Amino acid sequence: MTYTERYKGPKSLTPKEFTYCPGCHHGIIHRIVAEVIDELGVQGKTLMVAPVGCSVFSYEFFDVDGTVAPHGRAPAVATGMKRARPDRIVFTYQGDGDLAAIGTGEIIQAANRGEKITTIFVNNAIYGMTGGQMAPTTLVGMKTTTTPYGRNPANEGFPIHVSEVLKEITGVAFLARTKVSTPQDVNKTKQLIKKAFMAQINNVGFGLVEVLSTCPTNWGLTPVESLKWLEENMTKEFPLGVYVDKVGDIK
Amino acid sequence: MSGKVMVKGTEAIAEAAIRAGCRLYFGYPITPQSELPEYMARRMPEKEVNGVFLQAESEVAAVNMIYGAACTGKRSLTSTSSPGFSLMQESMSYLAGAELPAVFVNVVRGGPGLGDIQPAQCDYFQATKGGGHGDYRLLVYGPESLQEAVELTVKAFDKADKYRNPVLLLADGLLGQMMEPVEFPDFSNLEKLEKHSSWALQGTELERKAHKVTSFNIDPVGLEKMNLNLQKKYAEMEKNEKMYEEYMMDDAEVVIVSYGTIGRIAKSVAKMARNKGIKAGVFRPITLWPFPYAELAKWAKKETKLFFTVEMSAGQMIEDVRLAVEGRCPVKFYGRMGGMVPTPTEIFDKLMELV
Repeated sequence: MTYTERYKGPKSLTPKEFTYCPGCHHGIIHRIVAEVIDELGVQGKTLMVAPVGCSVFSYEFFDVDGTVAPHGRAPAVATGMKRARPDRIVFTYQGDGDLAAIGTGEIIQAANRGEKITTIFVNNAIYGMTGGQMAPTTLVGMKTTTTPYGRNPANEGFPIHVSEVLKEITGVAFLARTKVSTPQDVNKTKQLIKKAFMAQINNVGFGLVEVLSTCPTNWGLTPVESLKWLEENMTKEFPLGVYVDKVGDIK
Repeated sequence: MSGKVMVKGTEAIAEAAIRAGCRLYFGYPITPQSELPEYMARRMPEKEVNGVFLQAESEVAAVNMIYGAACTGKRSLTSTSSPGFSLMQESMSYLAGAELPAVFVNVVRGGPGLGDIQPAQCDYFQATKGGGHGDYRLLVYGPESLQEAVELTVKAFDKADKYRNPVLLLADGLLGQMMEPVEFPDFSNLEKLEKHSSWALQGTELERKAHKVTSFNIDPVGLEKMNLNLQKKYAEMEKNEKMYEEYMMDDAEVVIVSYGTIGRIAKSVAKMARNKGIKAGVFRPITLWPFPYAELAKWAKKETKLFFTVEMSAGQMIEDVRLAVEGRCPVKFYGRMGGMVPTPTEIFDKLMELV
């Protein structure tokens, strides 16, 4: 048996090694976002906004012009970029702490303006970078370093459902919740991300894909156990599906 | 130049920004400067301007929209008043750290807290000593009249581009709300403005390496280096950008030090004092950072009986005056707070008590 072709990484990723922990899904999500950018042929005109959190380094991993926003403000930064350069493709890459806690105002308002930007929202129900504190999406009963007895709704409220909140907003052109636990999931998620970019490219409106993700390090589980935990717990709390699609069929 | 027109302060600054080539305005309404975003909302969509006006959901969002727009290398403006400027401080620090050019207007009102909506100068510390975190500096202008505000607005954009640094126009509520005849400069040729293509985020077009704009460096060795470069730039600004006005200073024995509209009122006070035989003059810093220490220190000599600092605050700039004078002459203060504007007679009476 001879191998005629080796797998090549997408052009829109730099050769820099990821800083993510083993079993974390950021790496997979980065790759498929980069593949989408390659396939759409927009690498040369894409601008990206990284958040604060584990994916703060993402501006170094994507081989496109990029910056790091103050914590939670990526949608406002992306708005300024897109308004300055409507001919560019602008995306933000944000975690649950960044987008759904400190940045709740900015994401809702950017969505409501129908800002022609795309947001990749990675939800792993915990703060990774700061060491495993409660996130707005932390599940009820889930133990974190700031909910050592488990998240108690009487004290900390309930996990916030970002996609369910955003689906009510008229300016949203594409919105889906997905996961990347299996190769099938990865392929499907890639198509959803492509649609979220098409919402921008076709000038329809704001696009967001929420990707349920693992955090083995701060969940205190092995990568394999984390996948199982995600399937058994997170998908129940955060139902998968396409919530808004005004983009229509794409080729 | 197109002859003098009668305009309100906030609108004069807005039009000056457009003449300077600013086509991106992001802001959030707050008294006493809401006429500025309102002017931009009318003016930006006009055919001869063809710019962007966007009302942000908060000052926090507005300053981050400025961050994003500045990343592309284009001229952008936001304006606010004291509580709003406080909200912007986090990102002022980011803009300075990432070396992004942008122009800010703070039409200062009475504080602290919600305060009131009357003129004040109580944000001097925040403006000149850094309201945000980290070692950074803004170039800060304090205009005394609408004509000067127009000229400094244009200069602010040029200097922001030159130094890749945020520049602040610190105006008090008086300046924002008064009307005066003003002569505007001609429209800048947008094609000739600095494009910043060596660093700005404009898309690689697959022709160059990707640009990264950030204030972030996890490596302390790298971050110290970044800080040293910033300090070098600030030293350059201190060397080149100081501006001040001396009024009847040649033989002055009493030096009134004031900025902004109080600097202007101080000139009347100096005249009143001269009528009483007191040799008074006015030293008016125009750049509040860099503060003209050496230029003011020159007057700290034995013939000088008194430095008299007048501000609409509890005494903020006076700290810089003392740093300049270094104890060689007495430095006294008179100020009003809470949005109260001192009259020339009031300041004059206080001066007579001191001499």
